[in-house]
Amino acid sequence: MKHLHIQQKRPKIGVFDFTGCEGCEMQLANKEETLGAFLNAIEIVNFREVSSAIGNDYDVALIDGAVSRPDEIERLKAIRQQAGLLVAMGSCACFGGVNRLKNAYNLDDANREVYGLHPKETMPTVSVKEVVPVDLEVPGCPVNKDEIEQVVQHLVFGLPLPKFAYPVCLQCKQRFTICRFDIGELCLGPITRAGCGAPCPAGGLGCWGCRGGVDNANFDEFLTLCREKGFSERDVNDRLEFFGGFREHEALEAARRNQAVAREAEDEKES
Amino acid sequence: MKKNLSVDVHHLARVEGHGNIKVRVANGRLAEARWDVVETPRFFEVMLKDKHYTAAGILTARICGICSIGHCLASVRATEHAFGITIPEVAADLRLLAKHGETLQSHVLHMFFLAVPDFLGLPSAIPLKDLKPEVFALVARLKKLGNVICDVVAGRTTHPVSIQVGGMARMPDKHVLQDLRAQLENALGDLDAAVDLFAGLELPDFERETEFVSLKGDRNYAFIGGRLISSDGTEMDESDYRGMTNEYVTERNTSKWCKLSRESFAVGALARFNNNFHRLHAKARAVAAKLGLAPVCHNPFMCNVAQLIECVHVVHDSMRIIDKLLADPPTDTIAPVTPRAGVGVGAVEVPRGILYHEYEYNRSGRVVRANCVIPTTQNNANIHHDLEALVRKYAADDDMTDEKLELLCSMLVRAYDPCISCSVH
Repeated sequence: MKHLHIQQKRPKIGVFDFTGCEGCEMQLANKEETLGAFLNAIEIVNFREVSSAIGNDYDVALIDGAVSRPDEIERLKAIRQQAGLLVAMGSCACFGGVNRLKNAYNLDDANREVYGLHPKETMPTVSVKEVVPVDLEVPGCPVNKDEIEQVVQHLVFGLPLPKFAYPVCLQCKQRFTICRFDIGELCLGPITRAGCGAPCPAGGLGCWGCRGGVDNANFDEFLTLCREKGFSERDVNDRLEFFGGFREHEALEAARRNQAVAREAEDEKES
Repeated sequence: MKKNLSVDVHHLARVEGHGNIKVRVANGRLAEARWDVVETPRFFEVMLKDKHYTAAGILTARICGICSIGHCLASVRATEHAFGITIPEVAADLRLLAKHGETLQSHVLHMFFLAVPDFLGLPSAIPLKDLKPEVFALVARLKKLGNVICDVVAGRTTHPVSIQVGGMARMPDKHVLQDLRAQLENALGDLDAAVDLFAGLELPDFERETEFVSLKGDRNYAFIGGRLISSDGTEMDESDYRGMTNEYVTERNTSKWCKLSRESFAVGALARFNNNFHRLHAKARAVAAKLGLAPVCHNPFMCNVAQLIECVHVVHDSMRIIDKLLADPPTDTIAPVTPRAGVGVGAVEVPRGILYHEYEYNRSGRVVRANCVIPTTQNNANIHHDLEALVRKYAADDDMTDEKLELLCSMLVRAYDPCISCSVH
C-alpha cells in the first residue's frame, strides 16, 4: 500500500492461539468498517483460525491465550525464534487471564472432577512473558481492535503507540457515564489501565480490571474507598484476582492479608 | 483399482480451536477415520467453585470468544432458576434480541469466512477483498449488523456486560433502537444477495441418518429455554438435560463425547431447522424452499444453508422485537435478586447448538458445583461417525486422491462450525 505516494512495507503477521477462548483473534475480524484497510496494511502469513494457507515467514507474532500445557511452551518458543516482534494480545496472553483462576485449586483434583478416570495433561497457567520475552503487551478481555490497529499503524507508518498512563475512570468521565460507586457498586475503574473506552460501566457493570493495573495507581486510597463504601475484602480480592492483571501489584497483597479472615466469617455464617 | 489413501490434518484450519483429522484407506476400504479434539483444557467447572453469582456469567462468557453472549445467557438463566427469579418481560425481549445479534454475527463469520473459501478454491476469505470486493463488502456489512445489535443491547459484542442475573442492566435509548430497526430493514437486500450467492454453491451429496437434538419450539423458533426434543422422539424438561446429553470421557479427546438414542447425535442450525421448521419466519421458510432445504435433512453439509436461513429469521424477528420494545410502556429491565441455596439449569440455543449450564449455590450465593455441556461437545461423536461414513462413500471413487479426501473431510468438520476450545472449556 502507498502512503503519501511512498510504498510502505506490509508487516508479515502470524496469529497464534494458545489456552483461551480465541475471542481476541475474533476481534481482528471485527470493526468491519475498517477491515479492508486493516487487511491491506498487513500481510497475514499464518492465521489458522481464518486461513488454511500456513506460512512461517512472519515478522510479527500476535499471541492469543495463556500457556497451560507443556507442548504449548515448545510451540511458543519456536514462534519466538521466528518473530522479530512478539505481541501478547489480550488478558490471557498478558496475565494468564481467567485461566489463571484454576491455579488456586489442586490440579489433580480438578482433573478427577472433570475427567474422572481419564485425566488430561495440564499444568498451572502462566502468561506468555513467563515463558518467552514479550516485546509489546496489549491487554483487554477481549482486546480492543483499535489498539491492534494502532500497533499496525506504528509498524507501517511509525506513528507513536498511545500509552494509557491514566485509569478507566477518565474514559468513563469522557463519555458521561454515571460512577458505579455512586450507585452502590464496586468498580476497579480507579486503578485499571484505560484504553478500552470504558464500555463496561456504560453497559451497567463496574470494571473487573481486565486490562491490569495502571501505572502509579493509588492502591491504598482505592482500598480505603472500597472499605468506606462497605465492600468486603473478599469482594475486592475476587475482582483483583479475576483476570490476573494485578498479581504484581501491592493491592492484591493488601487485599489478600484480610481475605482469610473474611472468608472464615462468611463460612461460619453459611454453616 | 483398489486404493490406499491417507489424510493427516494436524490442527485443522478455519475452525475455532484445535482438532485433528486422521484417515487411512487400505485397498479401497476404510481402515480408520478419526476426529480428535486436542485443545488444552481450562477447567471452568472447577474455576467456578466458590465464585459469587455475580461473577458466574462474567467468567463463563470467557468459555467462548464467539458465543460469549450465549454462555452468559445460559449462565444467568441457570442462576435465576436456582434463586427462583422471574425476569421482566422486557428483559426477555432484550435477551432474545442480543441472542439474535450473536447468531447473525457468528453465522456470517462461519459461512463466509470459514466455510465458503472451500467452495471457491481459496485458502481464506481475505482474497475476496480484491477478487470479489462487492461480496467482501456485503459480508462485512452483515457481520457488522450482528455486532451492532450485540453492542447496543448487551453493551459489547464479545464478553457482554449488560446481561445480568435478574434481567438486563439497561434499556437501549429509543433513538438507538429506531436506528437499529432501520439498519435491519436495509440489510434485507444484502440477505437476498447472500441467498443468491449460496444458491450457486454445490454442496457434497452425502447423507447419514442422524438424531437431531434442540430446544422444542412451542410457539416460536426457540432460542432461550423451554423443553428439549430429539428427532428420535425423546422429550425432556430443561432441568433434565443430563438425560439428553449423557456425557462421557474418551481416552484420546480433551472434549467429552455425548450420546442419546444412538451412538451419537447432532445439534446446531440443521438440528433446529429439522425440529422447528414450522416455527421459522415465513420469509426464512421461503429461502429454505429456494435453497432446496426441507426437513428432515440428514446431509451435514446443509448446516451451512440452515445457518443462512436462520440469519433471515433472526433479522426479521429482531425487527419484530424492536417494534414491541418501542411500543411497550417503559418498565424495569431487572428484577431484584435474593440469593438462596439451590440448583438451577439454563438451556440456550447458541449458534452451534444447544448449550446447558447448571449451578448449585449455597445460601450466600456462591457456586458449590457447576456443569456446562457445550454444543460442540455434543457434536464431536457425530462428526467422528460422519467422517467414517463420508470416507466409506468416497474412498472407492476412481479419481479420489489424498488431497481431495482431505478437502472433503475438512469441509465436513467445518460444516458443523465446531467451537473446539468451547467444547473442552
